Amino acid sequence: MNRIDKKFQELKAARRKAFILYLTAGDPDFKRSVNIISHMENKGVDILELGVPFSDPLADGPTIQKASSRSLKQNALMKSVFNMVEILRKRKNFKLPIVLFTYYNPVMNFGLKKFILRCSQLGVDGILILDLPPEEAGEYKNLAAKKDIKTVFLVSPTSPAGRIKKIAEASTGFIYCVSRTGVTGARKKLNTETPKLVKQIKRYSTLPVAVGFGISTPRQIREVAAYADAAVVGSAAVKKIEENLRKRNLEEKVVRFVSKLAAGLKNK
Amino acid sequence: MNPDKRGMFGEFGGKYVPETLMTALKELEECYYKYKIDRKFKEELNHYLKEYAGRPTPLYFAERLSKELGHRIYLKREDLLHTGAHKINNAIGQILLAVRMGKKRVIAETGAGQHGVAVAAVCAMFGVQCDIYMGEEDIYRQNLNVFRMELLGANVIKVKSGSRTLKDAMNEAIRDWVTNVRNTHYILGSVGGPHPYPMIVRDFQRVIGKEAKKQILKMEKRLPDYMVACVGGGSNSIGLFYEFLKYPRVKFIGVEAGGLGLKTGKHAARFKGGSVGVLHGAKTYILQTEDGQIRLTHSISAGLDYAGVGPEHSYFYEEGRIKYDNVTDGEAVNAFVKLSETEGLIPALESSHAIAYVIKNRKKLGKNKLIVINLSGRGDKDVQVVSEYLKKNKKKRK
Repeated sequence: MNRIDKKFQELKAARRKAFILYLTAGDPDFKRSVNIISHMENKGVDILELGVPFSDPLADGPTIQKASSRSLKQNALMKSVFNMVEILRKRKNFKLPIVLFTYYNPVMNFGLKKFILRCSQLGVDGILILDLPPEEAGEYKNLAAKKDIKTVFLVSPTSPAGRIKKIAEASTGFIYCVSRTGVTGARKKLNTETPKLVKQIKRYSTLPVAVGFGISTPRQIREVAAYADAAVVGSAAVKKIEENLRKRNLEEKVVRFVSKLAAGLKNK
Repeated sequence: MNPDKRGMFGEFGGKYVPETLMTALKELEECYYKYKIDRKFKEELNHYLKEYAGRPTPLYFAERLSKELGHRIYLKREDLLHTGAHKINNAIGQILLAVRMGKKRVIAETGAGQHGVAVAAVCAMFGVQCDIYMGEEDIYRQNLNVFRMELLGANVIKVKSGSRTLKDAMNEAIRDWVTNVRNTHYILGSVGGPHPYPMIVRDFQRVIGKEAKKQILKMEKRLPDYMVACVGGGSNSIGLFYEFLKYPRVKFIGVEAGGLGLKTGKHAARFKGGSVGVLHGAKTYILQTEDGQIRLTHSISAGLDYAGVGPEHSYFYEEGRIKYDNVTDGEAVNAFVKLSETEGLIPALESSHAIAYVIKNRKKLGKNKLIVINLSGRGDKDVQVVSEYLKKNKKKRK
């Protein structure tokens, strides 16, 4: 069974919500990136979204843009992202579901078929392509389905009912609900309309719904967990890397920050 | 041709954008189809094109240049338009759509600043709030245009990410649009980006070719042998070529920026130096690394300094209907000087690429051919850059 499905089943049985963490692959460098990620499962992360660095991340705010360029400076190419997944999967007890979070051009350049094949060989469980709406995703969906790789699509506050239905039908694994219009990045306040949007998505699908964009504190995670199946934190954790670039204990700081975030759910 | 339902020209184009923009693109598409055939809209558009922008523009016979090159050369004088380039054609069309969609704010990206100035002007005319994204490098290269935009009441936002040129300005404009999509219209300046932009911008630029056809038939009683225009995103070229594409004997050449030469890697020649990929919402020819990262481009001309080409150009490239070639910075500057000296016309550095192609290939084109070149913009904005270039390269040139 696909690790994402399994994870959500387990969580459901335990009446828990999922904590999804985004990190850019190779940030701040290959070694430390692997090290940080290898700790995540023990610290309460349920699913990892692993960002493939891209030169022109047009749906990302400044924090993830900077992380992307840090990774690219370290030559974090698609090959090294796969290499990273391979190393992680070789570790005993590393069962964390991994969703590759990417833009379409690096995927197309790698070759869609080859990309899906590599994902399946190395133990990637799902893919989210930010600039590939269901309309453009026909071949991608078919190829991924054959290898039981989940295709996660996004619903936005601007998606009307007809599109939500289409997106729900195209999605497997879970559906990603974007909490507000805009790019990735932390916000002080969450959009009060999001619960309604999640409810609307649920009308068209039984898949778990994850809410992301702008979530940065344990409190906000709890807030989201009250009405959605999963909360995604990205920029806030990436920011911790940025803030501690010169510190020798960077990994420790990031891991500690993430476990605090995860604790937001555990207390419930 | 019109793109298919998905917005594809053959295998190029499409809507490769974040979900948040899908609805806005659909709204724009519906609005465009509605008003495209609306009599009042067309009347209003023509009114502003004539009274505000100064259409029709002349098709000027460049006598001295013709004599020197051994051809009959006509220049389509888009440089005479208000704000100094063909960009105003599209800006007027899109502001009329924006107003009809009830958008209170307009954003745009600009490279050379010509599109930014055109958008700033029409926003001033309609009293619409206007923010223009421009790369820091381009702000330096095209400082005069920055001041013009500000004078017209626009807010120019400096983009410091990436190569700090057009590509990055477009990234930021899209990020802004994703955030403020509900009250903001994005006036994209070229035939690039997601569907329906390549179609809409092309249609608003087709007026160039429609006029040119009437004019050349009147003056020469026949169709041209060659039509030549520079290709950045590709709006002035497709605007000029479109009405003529159905005539098999007319040949078309799109001229890209060869920068410092293809061998140096510092250029913006997407067809000879690039491959198919996805950039800014469209599948098209782009300049990319082996790993699918977008490559940095170089051109002395800010308006051609861009990693992607409009998707319909990729279609015509593969069909073979339009030929694409490139000329270097140096060749473009020489053409800039040559046209100034022979005709008393200072062309934009972008348009200089088209002129440079004809100068360079005058023998290859045959003898006494009838050639129409799009003088897409005027070069006032470029005199500083050219003057510096000439000083720097004085020795080399002699």
